[in-house]
Amino acid sequence: MNFDELFGHLGQHTVDGLAKGSIYALVALGYTLVYGVLKLINFAHSEVFMVGTFTVVGVWSLLGATDSPPLGTLLLLLAAGLLAAALASGLTAVAVERIAYRRLRRMNAPPLIFLITAIGLSLVMSEAFGLWQGRLVVGIPTVLERDVVFSIGGTDVTNTQIITVVAALVMMAGLDVFINRTRYGRGVRAVAQNPDTAALMGVNKDRVIALIFLLGGLLAGAAALLYALRYGNTRFNVGFLLGLKAFTAAVLGGIGNLRGALLGGLLLGVVEVYAATLTQSNWEDVAAFVVLVVVLLFRPTGLLGESLGRARA
Amino acid sequence: MRRNYVRALGAVGLAATMVVAAGCQDAGGGSNEAGGDGKCGGKVAIFGAFTGPNAGLVLPSLNGAKLAFKQFTEKNPDCKVELKEFDTTGDPTQATPVANQVAQDQSFVAVIGGHFSGETKATMPIYEAAGLVMVSPSATATELTATGNKAFHRVVGNDGTQGAAAVAYLKNSLKPSKVFVIDDGTPYGQGIIDEVKKGLGTVVVDSDKVQTDQTNFDATISKIKSSGADAIAYGGYTNEAAPLLKQARAAGITAKFLGFDGLYDPGFPAGAGAAAEGAIVTCPCLPAAEAGGTFSADYQKEYGQAPGSYGAEGFDGANVLLDGFKAGKSSRKDLMEWVDSYDKQGVSKYVKFDASGDVEKSKVVIWAYEIKGGQITPKEEIKLS
Repeated sequence: MNFDELFGHLGQHTVDGLAKGSIYALVALGYTLVYGVLKLINFAHSEVFMVGTFTVVGVWSLLGATDSPPLGTLLLLLAAGLLAAALASGLTAVAVERIAYRRLRRMNAPPLIFLITAIGLSLVMSEAFGLWQGRLVVGIPTVLERDVVFSIGGTDVTNTQIITVVAALVMMAGLDVFINRTRYGRGVRAVAQNPDTAALMGVNKDRVIALIFLLGGLLAGAAALLYALRYGNTRFNVGFLLGLKAFTAAVLGGIGNLRGALLGGLLLGVVEVYAATLTQSNWEDVAAFVVLVVVLLFRPTGLLGESLGRARA
Repeated sequence: MRRNYVRALGAVGLAATMVVAAGCQDAGGGSNEAGGDGKCGGKVAIFGAFTGPNAGLVLPSLNGAKLAFKQFTEKNPDCKVELKEFDTTGDPTQATPVANQVAQDQSFVAVIGGHFSGETKATMPIYEAAGLVMVSPSATATELTATGNKAFHRVVGNDGTQGAAAVAYLKNSLKPSKVFVIDDGTPYGQGIIDEVKKGLGTVVVDSDKVQTDQTNFDATISKIKSSGADAIAYGGYTNEAAPLLKQARAAGITAKFLGFDGLYDPGFPAGAGAAAEGAIVTCPCLPAAEAGGTFSADYQKEYGQAPGSYGAEGFDGANVLLDGFKAGKSSRKDLMEWVDSYDKQGVSKYVKFDASGDVEKSKVVIWAYEIKGGQITPKEEIKLS
């Protein structure tokens, strides 16, 4: 137990954990949105994220990205990467819903069928990319050189960390406003509360469901860009572990609850970094799941409870 | 009624299986005698990670073995030899069913493999029980030859020797004052790092363990920074090492990076990009240009690329068995004895096994390679003294 290291650099580890957790949170939103509306755990969401990372690789190599390009090129790369990854992931998510779930939903298939379809689709997509792109780690150019922006009491905060956390918070806030304040958001909440009544009130259920898959996909695409910026690598099975963690984050915060996903993601990131520091890096998953179990023992609906599906003003 | 029917069907099935199995055994016995009649040849199984994230490390060995079989067939058209591939992706749980299948199929008389230590450790008792000789081109964990297993042989130095060489290289060439060691918790990674720790003693200031498929190494990087290490030794494979090194370099860590044969893989510089420049990789494998005879040129001609990691060892491993076929050995038992007493110059080194199945220590060759311009280039041979 390396307490000296943990408490000696507590600030640093917290910042590292928050940055790591932000990516979990963005992916977790996709799980939680779909669960909130459909009561369905979309395990294929991890592959939606994976498609995003490979889209970043593709677009950047098309644009001839190199390590640390000049500022103009950098902005172009970021914008193009974000746009392409968000679009690719968003469309993949919509396609997943169309191909795998819509027909099952029409036939009123029991929930377990959806679950196994989701897992199957997830495997198919990841193996397809494994065959197509190879199974090796794919390096992504370091377009944004890591740079310490400011430093408080020995805690270095870097540009990529700030970008990751701020982007996650902004997108989270945007989504919150979208769901709670706009017409479309009202439709989403209506379907989440009671699909049949919502349909009677003139809400197009299929359109709402496609919309939430699209939203989840867009966020996963954005997370993929942030991941590429920060970690600079991807591979065909990158989604598996990250998806599992994001799903854990969603459950930790209260699945179906948007703010819960953010809280769960950040908490999970911090817990993992603390645990890895305190012991060895291969204990981080153990710590993450111990925290999940303990939280669920005392709050079975997660930290903030399920709010999207509950009747609320 | 229904249950009786099922039971009867089961009995018929079982009887059929036994008949088939008995038939196979007869066939095996037949070929045993055939060996004595001067009939030549046999079937050899080769298993390893021919697909999967670490396949880049193993494919040259498979190609080397295939080349040896091809050349043998050209020279000895009357001697029918066959090499059958079994892909395990390097995973012990996938290698075990393969081992059972090969052990039960009496037409197999020898095995080339395993290529990784984990899969080898899991399967060597099965091959030993079946009396099948194993010749491994690249399974280097020290413990494999410490178990008293009769089947296992390797034409490569073990991690004890490689670890000692790495320690010698660190001490004499890199001369670090503080070393941070990382392993991936596999028998291979942990084994070699244990050797390094033992050899370097207090120069090792701190350590971390990563896990398979990990992608985020913030905690490891913080630890390296706090330790103030000026060299990092990594025991493991490309899949984790490439992202780790990339993130460490991005985080401003300039410590020298030393890996072992698990990183002697074109995927490593490809995955880590510019971050891999200057990294050192040790390997008990010979640079292609140093290999004896026409092997390097033949390989280049056959596959259109230079032999990578363990190409020469795969070739040697196959030839140990092929020489046995040529000498008229074609049963499991004969080949086992043949390999035990093998004594001949190969292309990668002089091949002669000691009682535990290791190639004689004085014959082990270990090289340090450096990543230059994205290529793994030979730097120098490490002398063990």
